[in-house]
Amino acid sequence: MKYVDEFREPEKAEGLRREITKLSQQLEKPIKIMEVCGGHTHSIFKYGIEEILPNNIELIHGPGCPVCVMPKGRLDDAIAICQNHNVIFTTFGDAMRVPGSKTSLLQAKAQGADIRMVYSPLDSLQIAKDNPDKEIVFFALGFETTAPSTAFTILQAAAENISNFSMFCNHVLVIPALQALLDNPDLQLDGFVGPGHVSMVIGTDPYQFIAQQYHKPIVVSGFEPLDILQSIWMLLQQLLENRCEVENQYNRIVQPAGNQIALAAINQVFTAREKFEWRGLGDIPYSGLQIRSEYAQFDAEQKFTIPNRKVADHKACQCGEILKGVMKPWQCKVFGTACTPETPIGTCMVSSEGACAAYYKYGRLSTLAKKTMPEKPKLELSQEPLPSCSTSLV
Amino acid sequence: MCLGIPGQIVEITDINHKLAIVNVGGVKRQVNISCIVDEQHPPEACIGDWVLVHVGFAMNRLNEQEAAETLNLLEEIAANI
Repeated sequence: MKYVDEFREPEKAEGLRREITKLSQQLEKPIKIMEVCGGHTHSIFKYGIEEILPNNIELIHGPGCPVCVMPKGRLDDAIAICQNHNVIFTTFGDAMRVPGSKTSLLQAKAQGADIRMVYSPLDSLQIAKDNPDKEIVFFALGFETTAPSTAFTILQAAAENISNFSMFCNHVLVIPALQALLDNPDLQLDGFVGPGHVSMVIGTDPYQFIAQQYHKPIVVSGFEPLDILQSIWMLLQQLLENRCEVENQYNRIVQPAGNQIALAAINQVFTAREKFEWRGLGDIPYSGLQIRSEYAQFDAEQKFTIPNRKVADHKACQCGEILKGVMKPWQCKVFGTACTPETPIGTCMVSSEGACAAYYKYGRLSTLAKKTMPEKPKLELSQEPLPSCSTSLV
Repeated sequence: MCLGIPGQIVEITDINHKLAIVNVGGVKRQVNISCIVDEQHPPEACIGDWVLVHVGFAMNRLNEQEAAETLNLLEEIAANI
């Protein structure tokens, strides 16, 4: 088994599609399912899953792309760090084109900053070893999937006593974000497709509050097309049977208690911030990670002076509403015109896991608009001006 | 950002730094295996393991039996058409 092609077989996908269609006919009202993870959003568009679903099942694309939820102020802070002449700033490629208030990392690189894309945080540590006369700062971002790798990198830096290495930590946590979403009265959801690789680290147990307190079903899902279709089928079964449970479709890699080794590393190196700003969701308590004081020598926020300002999003950008799932990307007035992947205004258009980029890249808008627009009569009939974005969207 | 790729560990290259070579679709590359080793499953026991690779780390082992059960279920659904 290679764990890839087996989960893309067309015959099995057709079987699931028919089962989903059959179950959907028993629904008393249209349903909305949120896929939390940007990786799922990308797969859903890549494989045309949304297009083959019955009209009464709508997918809402949630805030699970760490690049998309990065507020402008943190990008400005990153750029302020990389403009120190002695700094080599390293980052995953995803973050290069995210716009700050004045520039992106890519533009800062073009203007002379030493910014290098890396595949792994360990590559960044190697750059530190190779350049002892420079300060190397890694732009640590991502959910719990990525946090163990940065934790282990700091532990290795500490063990090897590497003094010219630090991280600008922007790790975020999925559970507080889900809680904030569920507390938002604007959002009407019937269930969740849970993030597979975050769950590989944290397990499925932390989602129990969604089923027990908010009475929503959640199915943790893999990323191949059969995984996502099976998860939607499992959610439909729960809804039709009036069940609200945490189920695990991705049990080939996700265990209920998660990966204890990875969790221990996260807990050893990081602690939760009292609050962290999310684009579109505002400040969420205990939703971000910071480096513990024991490892302060590896904390770029301790090593460098950063502006630490809050910066409002572009007025025309409606990433906030899109990340909360209350708007579709094509309903944003700058989608595909002023805001494109080449010239992104908002983060949802920058990252390949962003909902706007996925709609832009994979198209099929005419089909999808027909499916979902009748449920949004205000936008379709009156063409009222859309609400503008503000700094505080909660 | 949260994407991972399945690959098979084919060689342990540095036990002290917990480094291994993983074969991902015919391409071999070095990964860190800190997330998947402990006293019950030391580095040398990892050869042959299928793992999920993410940002240079093997994040978890894949369970072949669970994968097979999922595929059997989907096979049954497809056969019912």
